[in-house]
Formats: sequence, C-alpha cells, structure tokens
Amino acid sequence: MTAALIGKSVSRVDGRLKVTGAATYAAEFEVPNLAHAAVVRSIVANGRLASIDTAEAERAPGVIALVTHRNAPKLAYQPHKGLPDAAVGERLHVLQDDRVTHQGQPIALVVAETLEQAVYAAEVVRVTYRNEAAATDVAAVDPVLPTGKPAEWEIRRGEADSAFEQAEFRVDQTYVIPRENHNPIEMFATIASWEGDSLTLWDKTQWVHNVAEEIAAVFGIAAENVRVISPFVGGAFGSGLRCWPHVTLAALGARVDGRPVKLVLSRREMYYGVGYRPHTVQRVALGASRDGQLQAIRHEGHQETSTYEEFTEALLSATRFLHACPNVHTRHRIAPMHVHTPTYMRAPGEASGIYALESAMDELAVALSMDPVDLRLRNEPDRDEFKDLPFSSRSTKECYRAAAERFGWSQRTAEPRSMRDGRLLIGWGMASATYPMNYAPASALARLLPDGTAEVMSAASDMGPGTWTSMTQVAADTLGLPVERVKFTLGDTRLPRAPVHGGSMTMASVGSAVQAACRKAREDALARAGSNDLEEAMERLGQVIEATADVAPGDETKRFSMHAFGAVFVEVAVDPDLGETRVRRIVGAYGAGRVVNPKIARSQCIGGMIGGIGMALMEHSVVDPRNGRVTNANLAEYAVPVHADAPPVMDVIFVDEHDPHVNPLGVKGLGEIALVGVAPAIANAIFHATGKRVRELPITPDKLL
Amino acid sequence: MHPFVLERPCDLSAVLALGAQAGRNDAPVEYIAGGTDMVQLLQEHVRRPDRLVSLAGVLDDGIEIGPQGLRLGAAATMAEVAAHQGVVEQFPLISQALLNSASPQVRNQATMGGNLLQRTRCPYFRDVGYQACNKRAPGSGCAALDGENRWHAVLGTSDDCIAVHPSDLAVALVALDATVELRGTGGDRSVPLSELHRLPRDTPHLETVLEPGEVITAITVPANAAGLRSHYLKLRDRASFEFAAVSAAVAIETDGARIRQARVALGGVGTKPWRLPNVEQALADKNLEPGELRSAAALAAEGAQGRGHNDFKIELMQRAIVRAVEIAGARA
Repeated sequence: MTAALIGKSVSRVDGRLKVTGAATYAAEFEVPNLAHAAVVRSIVANGRLASIDTAEAERAPGVIALVTHRNAPKLAYQPHKGLPDAAVGERLHVLQDDRVTHQGQPIALVVAETLEQAVYAAEVVRVTYRNEAAATDVAAVDPVLPTGKPAEWEIRRGEADSAFEQAEFRVDQTYVIPRENHNPIEMFATIASWEGDSLTLWDKTQWVHNVAEEIAAVFGIAAENVRVISPFVGGAFGSGLRCWPHVTLAALGARVDGRPVKLVLSRREMYYGVGYRPHTVQRVALGASRDGQLQAIRHEGHQETSTYEEFTEALLSATRFLHACPNVHTRHRIAPMHVHTPTYMRAPGEASGIYALESAMDELAVALSMDPVDLRLRNEPDRDEFKDLPFSSRSTKECYRAAAERFGWSQRTAEPRSMRDGRLLIGWGMASATYPMNYAPASALARLLPDGTAEVMSAASDMGPGTWTSMTQVAADTLGLPVERVKFTLGDTRLPRAPVHGGSMTMASVGSAVQAACRKAREDALARAGSNDLEEAMERLGQVIEATADVAPGDETKRFSMHAFGAVFVEVAVDPDLGETRVRRIVGAYGAGRVVNPKIARSQCIGGMIGGIGMALMEHSVVDPRNGRVTNANLAEYAVPVHADAPPVMDVIFVDEHDPHVNPLGVKGLGEIALVGVAPAIANAIFHATGKRVRELPITPDKLL
Repeated sequence: MHPFVLERPCDLSAVLALGAQAGRNDAPVEYIAGGTDMVQLLQEHVRRPDRLVSLAGVLDDGIEIGPQGLRLGAAATMAEVAAHQGVVEQFPLISQALLNSASPQVRNQATMGGNLLQRTRCPYFRDVGYQACNKRAPGSGCAALDGENRWHAVLGTSDDCIAVHPSDLAVALVALDATVELRGTGGDRSVPLSELHRLPRDTPHLETVLEPGEVITAITVPANAAGLRSHYLKLRDRASFEFAAVSAAVAIETDGARIRQARVALGGVGTKPWRLPNVEQALADKNLEPGELRSAAALAAEGAQGRGHNDFKIELMQRAIVRAVEIAGARA
C-alpha cells in the first residue's frame, strides 16, 4: 500500500507532453486527405444579404466548395439545449437564410486544398447587404426582464426600499464592467470527417458529449454516430462550454466536399463567434445602521445579450446570501442587441456581481469609518438567508482572519492616500469571494491489468486546471498504486460520460466517479484473489478486472446551501502623476473543501489572481457603438496581463475545511472562485491609495489622472 | 491572403530594380524584412501586394560606434541593437526604447529599417471590415475621428487621419537627431529621421518621403548625442508588450541642477515621431525643479487636439515629459 496521494503536490502528468509540444491539440491531428475551410463573415450588425458574388472565389486556385445560404444543404436543427446553452431562444443557424443579426456572422464557407487558398477565396467573395437599424450601443438599449416568471428575475426578501430610505448610512452607486473576451491562447479548431452518416470531430471543447449531441441535432443524426475527440485544450475559460457554429461549419464543409475538413478560427474571429463576458451595468444600494448592520440591499443589474438568445448568468445570486441582511431586493434584466450571444466566462455572474457588491461594501465601510473586514464580520450570516438553509460549511471568518494575518492588514491606516512608498501611493483593499459548489452526474471506468497497472477513464476535459493529473492522483490513491502505474484518459465520447468541464465541478463530479470506479475495481480484484495487496492480487488473477461507476448528487441541495468562500487582500501602488497602477501583493484565502493537489490548486488560484488583475486594470473588448465591431480584436490592443503584471507576491491559503455533505470527495471546486473578489479588492485598494473611486472597469491610467 | 510572389534577390542592386514601395497600400510591390508587421497586414488582407521583395541577406546588419557616432545597419535586429554594449553605454535611450517595445520573440526578428516603417496600429486601418480609412483606401473617410479613438494621435492630426505612428525606436532616434541613409535606383541620399515620415494632411496614404524602390540601408546617430543623461518613459495599460499610450524620450545635458540643453520627443501621441523644439527651448537653462519642468512641458500641448477618448493624452504627455526629465536628471 502506497501513501495517500490525495492532498499531495503531484506534478502534472501531462507536463512533459505539453512543454515538448507532444500534446496534440484539435488543429494538430493528422487526418489524411484533409481540406481546409475559411469563413466569410458579415461586416454589418443587422440586415439581409442583398447579394453574394462568388464567381471570382469559385475560380480561385484550389477551391473545392463554396457554400452560402443559397446552396447549403438544409440542416435539421432539431431542438437541443445543452446545459451551457441559453435557456430561452434558438441558437444561430448558419448558412440557412439571408438574415444577418450580428457582426462577424458566418455568411459563406470556402473549402480549398490549402488554408491559404481557402482564406484567399473567402477574401474575394463579394457581399452586399441591405442594412437595417441595429442596436449596437449598449448605453442606448433599454433593458427588459428576461422571458419567464418575473419572480425569477426580481427577488425580494423583506422591504428593501423602505429599509434603505430609513437607513442611517447609505450607499447607492452604479458599476460598469465592459465586455471581456476569454482570449485563450489556443484558437478554436475543428477537424470534421464523415464516413457515411458517422462523423468524427477533433475539436477544442470543454464538453465532448455536448458537441456530439448538438452536432447530431443540427444534422439530424444519432448522437452515437458522432465521435468527438478532444484530449487537450489550450485554455478556454468558458468559451469552450457551448458547441459554437464553427463546429457546424466544419462538419458542413466536410459533408459538402466529401473529404475531411479543418477549420481554425483566426484571432480576429475569436471575437465574433465563441462568446464573451457581457457588458454589465449594476446599481447597488446598501443601507446600514451606525454600528454597521446591513439593513437593506438593492442590487439590480443588466447585461447585453443577442436578439436570438437570452443569455443570463448568476449576476445577483451571491448578493442574496453572502452577507446577512433582512431586506434584499435583486432585479436582473437583459439588453437584447445585434451582437452574438455572450456566454459564461470564468466565474460567470459571480465575478461581475461580486465586483459591484464588494465595491459597494467598501464604500459603505468608508461611509461608516469602519474597517472593511469588520464590516463584513458584523454581517456574517449564520445560515443562507435566501434559501433558508444551513451552509454545508462556510469558512469566511477563517478566510478573513488567515488572509488578513498573512497580509499584515492590521498595519493598514484607514485614511485614503495615507500610505506611500516614495512618490507612489500605496493602497490596501479587500473583498469577499464565493462560488457555488456544483456537483453533477458523472461516470468513470477503471480497468486493472495483470501487470499491476491500471487504466482509468472518463470523457472529461482539461482546459488547464490539471484534470489529467488530479484524476490520476485520485485513481492511484483509491487503488493504492503509485501514480506512474495509473493511466488516466479523457476527452473522447467513447469514454464514460462526464459533465461539462465548467462551473468548477470537474473534481467534485468526475473525481467522485473515478474514486467510485477504482474502489469497486479494487474491491472486486481483492475479493476474487483473496488478497489484501492489489498488485499481488492482479498478478494472481492474471486477467483484466473492470468496473464502472456512476455518481450523482442526492438530496443534499435540499438540506444545505453549498458554496466555496474566500477572501482576497491586495496591495497596489499607484503613480499619482501618471495614473499607472501596479499590483504588488495578493493574498487569497479559500475555504473550498478538500484540496486534492495543493500545487495545482495554487496554480489555479494564482491564475485567477492574474485574471483578476486583467479584469480590474486592462481587459476591455472595445465595441464600436456605431456598428458593433470589436475594435481591438487582437492580443496587441486587447490587453491581458503579462508576466510583468503578475505581482511578486501571490499567497494562496487553503483553510482547513472538511465538508461531508457536498460530494464523496469533499471538494468544492476552485477554478472560478479564484477569480471572484480579485477585481473588487484591487478597485478598493486603488480607492484607498488615491481617494478616487472608479466605478467602471478597467481602471486604466486615464481614469486616475 | 492575397497570393504573392516572394522575390529573394541576392544583392541590393537587384532589389532596387524591382521598384518596391514601402508604406503605400496601393503599391503592387513591397519590401519585407523581419516581417513581424507585414505578415499581420497580409493575414488581415490590409496589404495585398503581388510581389514581396525580401531584404533578407542583402542589407547591412552591423552596429558600429566611431568618432562620427552610431551607425545601425538597417537589418540589425531590435534585440541585437538593444543588447549592444556600446549602445547600452553611450546611447541608452535607444536601448531602453527597444527593450520597452514588443516582446523578446518579436525583437529577435524585427529589424531597424522595418521598425521605422511599421504601419499604424489604428484599428480602423487594420480591420478591413471598416470601409472608411483614408490611409488604406484614399478618399474613403476616417472612421477613427468619431470612433473608438483612445489609441489615437493628438499631435499632427488632420481631418483625414489621426493614426499614431507606433514605433518607440523612432521616438528615441528622432530625439537624438538620427539620420536615415537611403539607397535607390538614383543613388544614395540621407534624410533626417524627423523628415522621413510625412504628416497625414489630406494624403494619409503617403506615409514617408521614400521614392519607389528606395530602401533604408542604415540609421546614423551623431556623436554629440552620446553620453547624455536620458530616459525613455513608456506609459500603457499593462507593464510590458504593448504599444505606448504615451511615451517620452528625453536626453539632457546638465550643469549641476541646471539643464543646459534638452532633447524631447513623444510617442503614442503623434502621427509621426514627435520632436518638441519649443519644449526643448523652454527647458534650456531651467532648473530640475517640478514647477519649471511643468511649465516647459505644457508647451507640448500647443496645437494638440483630442477627439474624445484620447483627450487624456494631452495631459498625460506633459506629465510624462516632466517625469522623464526628472529621471534623466537624477541619473549619475
């Protein structure tokens, strides 16, 4: 029996593959007889196609097929909604009619012998449009309640309006987050290959089974006939949750030309078809008594969505339970525009909503002349006041304490502009963080081999957080084998089904399935061999032992409110003359249940911290309100943090938390909470440094002059 | 990508015979050196030359420092020049400007000549989804005037174009009175760097004074620019790998706390690398004292015109000058 592996800092089992370039990403699979596709995209936001002249493109060298709505096969587009799809509305149908609803909409597909030939032919397709008035200026669109029961979008507890009016201390402010794009380094890519009515897709995705089901519905074939292979994902941050129209285009191109087709999006195309964090406007009103007790919270927010789908995210949900308050009113609205549908981006909803809430809390602390940590401690709830349930576990107080101590928060002087380093203004700020514990049905298979090794598999994904490694670790731990003797496989629809690789649920769900399958296999092998040692048992049995396991949540969501909680403390230095902000230190403490691999978990968290620096200080998809085009659709002008922006000190603390209720592994997930709270902590630190409250992200130098 | 023929002449005279024209979108033949900018323009369909003339192997890549000053072969890479010991010691402004540019990978590939001739980052120039761009399509209009113009110029603009010249190197060089050596079919000539780029006026598609076929063969910096106290200050949204919102290149001669002579140029704000003689004159004989620096720097705003999102640059560039002079003055 080897020592326990869960909780150990195992290095990435796929690290060598990645750094040597041996890991194969979607666009890199070698498929014989491959043709290449390029997409012609609209340059208007609303209207109809008046004409498409393809003559020159069809004559261009190497062109095999040119598909527009005029000659495209009619696609089935059977109803299908995967979990990441918008609940209301219908997904974009590609090349099926002359309607244009957003910039960058696919309007023609070219398939050619080479990529260069396809791109050139796409360039010489001549398109004219009949323009119609387009809603592309988010500031000019009146928000509306989403479809459905108003009670779902407008939620009240107590009497927030009157309590706010009567409160002795009040804050009422509006906070804006612009559109942000995920900007993973790997471009989306699909290789599609048909054999009769069976389709194989090598795809960049966070959920192979959803791609199979969506493409099956689009083409009207059985999902079993679609195999999706996606072993490695070069970052996604949520952009790979949905199956986007380019996957359909690749499959359509392969259908039309009869050869396998590869479609790789360009960096510019990444801003026009794979979603984004929507532009969000939020108004937060807080009322409190002199001693800092929250008496009223009003939080209303709206966000952009497309004209064809109602995208909503959990913008206001944390407001309803993060702090104790008897009178709470939240209202969520959407602003339908001629844009493509936004989607989930790391910590969707929570990152945006908590930016506004925790900024307002900081403003309230200032109004009360109260330490911001004290203010939160005074409003620490003992149960989820919205669901009226106990928390399965909640370590906020421990997080505040541990992070504040590590940070040295007690040395902070409260007055803005009171801390300096030479000519630089120093600011210390903090914010709370939370993200729900998600646990979804998952399956895994464990296969024990006579040579004492094991193969374990589940159709999970690894967009970077380390699924390959952590699952290997859980399997090896459960089987009692060294890591080197366990081979975990993911990313293929032929493997047992896993849930979507998002919502921080992979460890909880797939990890629990892997553990269950390995436990079954081990117990079976030991019982059959009458041994207590697995390697000895396998040698004795001389045959393969297999076990599958399916796990699913029980009724715990009815009994408990289950969330991870955290606290983020930040030090910034602001140059008061030049407006430049540099983050010097971030300390984050998280109560996230059991930590399977501290090394990879820390990596997750510092990734979230750096992402939060981007959100706070630089990320912004600059949409031209005149026509809806993204003017900085590239990585030179859309700034994400580089190494020089990462602070020298990033401290990650996992507070000890044993939660027997959440799932068999006792994990809560880390991927999203790592981002939540960073942007408001930075914004609060900038206020502390400068005395200037910037309520519109990103806080670029021009806003601090 | 428009199909093109890549010509790879083996010597400079064969290069010149092909008549390439740098920096004009309607030119059917254009040069490619390091290609870090050109390849992007080709990929985005902004440039569609029929022939690309490679300068690989035909241009001088030497870096020499002699009694006349510094001579940079046009094919020297940004990385080589930035790391050159003599440049670092005697012309640190150039090294600093280069190290504040791009990324190590880009600097390993990009050349001196190409850096000066890189095209603007104006998003309306680089996105063919916009029809209006006088630089790309003369007479089509300027989408930036009332558009998302946070990146755009406030100095040297016209009603036809407000695109910024993106080079950091050129800002440092123009402050140091650099000259570019050109060779064309008609022979060799020299042009002060300050005169290489044209103001946009009503012909923003004409970016330089280069004649068809002419190439930059070298850049020279006079010896009197050596050993000055200098600083290249670059301001931007993130700490590295981004074009300047505002940059200031400053080189001063001092006498104790008094400025004897100053050279000042700005980047990120001008339609070309922007030298500021009026600020330089005002700084001469001033003390290294914030109030005096501030009033001299204010002259940078003469003629500056913001277009909304870029208004902040007018204030920020003055502050950048003050800071850069302070840092330069504090250097030993």
